[in-house]
Amino acid sequence: MSRGAWLLARLAQIVPTFLLIGIAVFVLARLLPGNAVMAMLGERGTDEMVARLTASLGLDKSIFAQFVAFLEGVASGRLGDSLAFRIPVTRLIAERLPVTMLLTGLAVAFALAAAVPLAFVAALNANRWPDLLIRAIFQVGLSSPIFYVGLVLLTVFAAWLRLFPVGGYGDTMWEHIYHLFLPAITLGLSFAAIVMRNLRAAILGVINAEYVDFARAKGLRGSVILLRHVLRNALIATVTLVGLEIGSLLGGAVITETVFAVPGVGRLMVDSIFARDYPVIQALTLALAVFVSLAFLLTDLVQMWLDPRVGR
Amino acid sequence: MSLLDVVDLRVTFSTPRGPVHAVDGVSFCVASGEVLGIVGESGSGKSVTLRAIPKLLHANAAVTGTVRWRGADLHTMPAEDLRRVRGGQIATVFQEPMSALNPVLPIGLQIDEVLTAHTTLDTAARRRRAVELLGLVGIASPTTRLDQFPHEFSGGMRQRAMIAIALAAAPALLLADEPTTALDVTIQDQILKLLLRLVADLGMSLVLVTHDLGVIAETCDRVAVMYAGRLCETGSVHNVFLRPQHAYTHALLRSMPGEGAARAMLVPIPGQPPRIDRPTAGCAFAPRCSFVEDLCTTTRPPLIDVAPQHRSACYAAARLPVRAA
Ligand SMILES: Nc1ncnc2c1ncn2[C@@H]1O[C@H](COP(=O)(O)OP(=O)(O)OP(=O)(O)O)[C@@H](O)[C@H]1O
Ligand SMILES: [Mg+2]
Repeated sequence: MSRGAWLLARLAQIVPTFLLIGIAVFVLARLLPGNAVMAMLGERGTDEMVARLTASLGLDKSIFAQFVAFLEGVASGRLGDSLAFRIPVTRLIAERLPVTMLLTGLAVAFALAAAVPLAFVAALNANRWPDLLIRAIFQVGLSSPIFYVGLVLLTVFAAWLRLFPVGGYGDTMWEHIYHLFLPAITLGLSFAAIVMRNLRAAILGVINAEYVDFARAKGLRGSVILLRHVLRNALIATVTLVGLEIGSLLGGAVITETVFAVPGVGRLMVDSIFARDYPVIQALTLALAVFVSLAFLLTDLVQMWLDPRVGR
Repeated sequence: MSLLDVVDLRVTFSTPRGPVHAVDGVSFCVASGEVLGIVGESGSGKSVTLRAIPKLLHANAAVTGTVRWRGADLHTMPAEDLRRVRGGQIATVFQEPMSALNPVLPIGLQIDEVLTAHTTLDTAARRRRAVELLGLVGIASPTTRLDQFPHEFSGGMRQRAMIAIALAAAPALLLADEPTTALDVTIQDQILKLLLRLVADLGMSLVLVTHDLGVIAETCDRVAVMYAGRLCETGSVHNVFLRPQHAYTHALLRSMPGEGAARAMLVPIPGQPPRIDRPTAGCAFAPRCSFVEDLCTTTRPPLIDVAPQHRSACYAAARLPVRAA
């Protein structure tokens, strides 16, 4: 199979993935305790009002017809209105999703910027004090709950030192980054620890490889050996992990956004669950699932770029 | 002055089961334009010796002795000087062609980076040189091959690509560890002829490790015979093959098929292979030797001159029967 064909096959895989996500969301929404109509009308709904709303929501049709209607809605971008905010769900998500994406992106960027060089330092000094120190620090990061890390950072850097705001999002891109600085560090900490541990192990697995010795025998510069021969091979395993971790990063984003009062979809999700705002929950689940699948796709593309054996 | 001078080289690996004395006091030199063959059974320390020369062994190997390159000590010189010698002046061909190439980089880049490190050629000239090198080692359609990855090469092609990489910067000395094992006889001849041509035309020196006594006879000026990490005998191929002065060499040559045979592979000698994790006080070959005497088991025989340019470490040297020519 050629690489082009592999790429097409990988892209085609997205279609059934999205379909499955759609089914899951549809079924989940119907499994949620309580009844959407009841939740919307509250205590005051008469039988007649219930019947009218049930019909207008299409809930009196067969489950299959409901599913088709749901898919049509998704395809045409009509996901209904938020019960709490009284605006179209799509508009709500369009406002909030970029915030979460920026937060997650910054968290990944900070984490990689710290984890990759430190993994090198740790691996090149394996079992000596720099390695032990780095591993100990990240172990603490890995075992501290996000809300605790967040509260500590908030107290020290925002409340005491007043270096960063205690919450909010700002208006310009720079203000966004400034506001998201502490949240991104909070969110990225355990991710950085996981990447560091994994990459350190991968580097140790590669550093004694014959081709690295051969690269040394060729008289290449140390930086070329480390980046081109060691890091590139070590990253192949780590990239997969990064992709898989995106899902738990989004889970962490929910907590982080709550602690730092960041107006992203994580907090929206929490608020919507408390408010039984089913259309929002449903649409958000869908949006986040799509976001994660796109992250997986990106991971696979990076992997294909790193490893020429993939897809041949 | 010789180009490469190895004096009393010792390599001890620390392993979970204790120290392993892989190389145990080896000395030899290589002159400019000379071809030195190294033979010995599997595990006798040939590869470790070659890797120790440009300081390629890992931290678990304790290396002592001196390795002088054009008079300068390779093991104590600054890292940047050593880097320039590696690949630029002393090139290495590893024994294992399947794992020595980086799986994720195209072959062309793996040649190109040697040229970048050791020459001032521009991108286009480096690419021309890479094509030329692949052609030189007999790889067909070299231009297409440059952009391929190791997994698209056969074992023999990888071995030749590795040789092309080693030759890229026109080194003064090539350390070749069984460079033709993965090749069929025709290509093997082609590669050996290429190496000999570089020796003749450019004055390159060559250290050739091989199991194949026939290859030694055909290509080498001098030969060094190793056993259990020690040097048994060294001398001109003519003298060593005709009048071996070490009981092990004698046994080796006897295990070789008759003169008519085109290729003579090393046939193992009966008896237990030596244990280098527990070195003996005397000669390592004594337990398998048919000329053994008391002294052999108690005192290690020193490597001494037995004739001009011919050294041997064997108490029985004088008692060995002369080989029928
Ligand atoms: N990294 C290492 N750690 C421990 N022992 C090693 C290591 N490398 C080599 N040895 C040991 O050193 C000895 C010599 O190995 P070497 O590879 O030099 O043998 P060789 O003569 O090249 O054999 P062959 O003909 O099979 O290639 C062997 O007993 C081997 O097990
Ligand atoms: Mg070997």
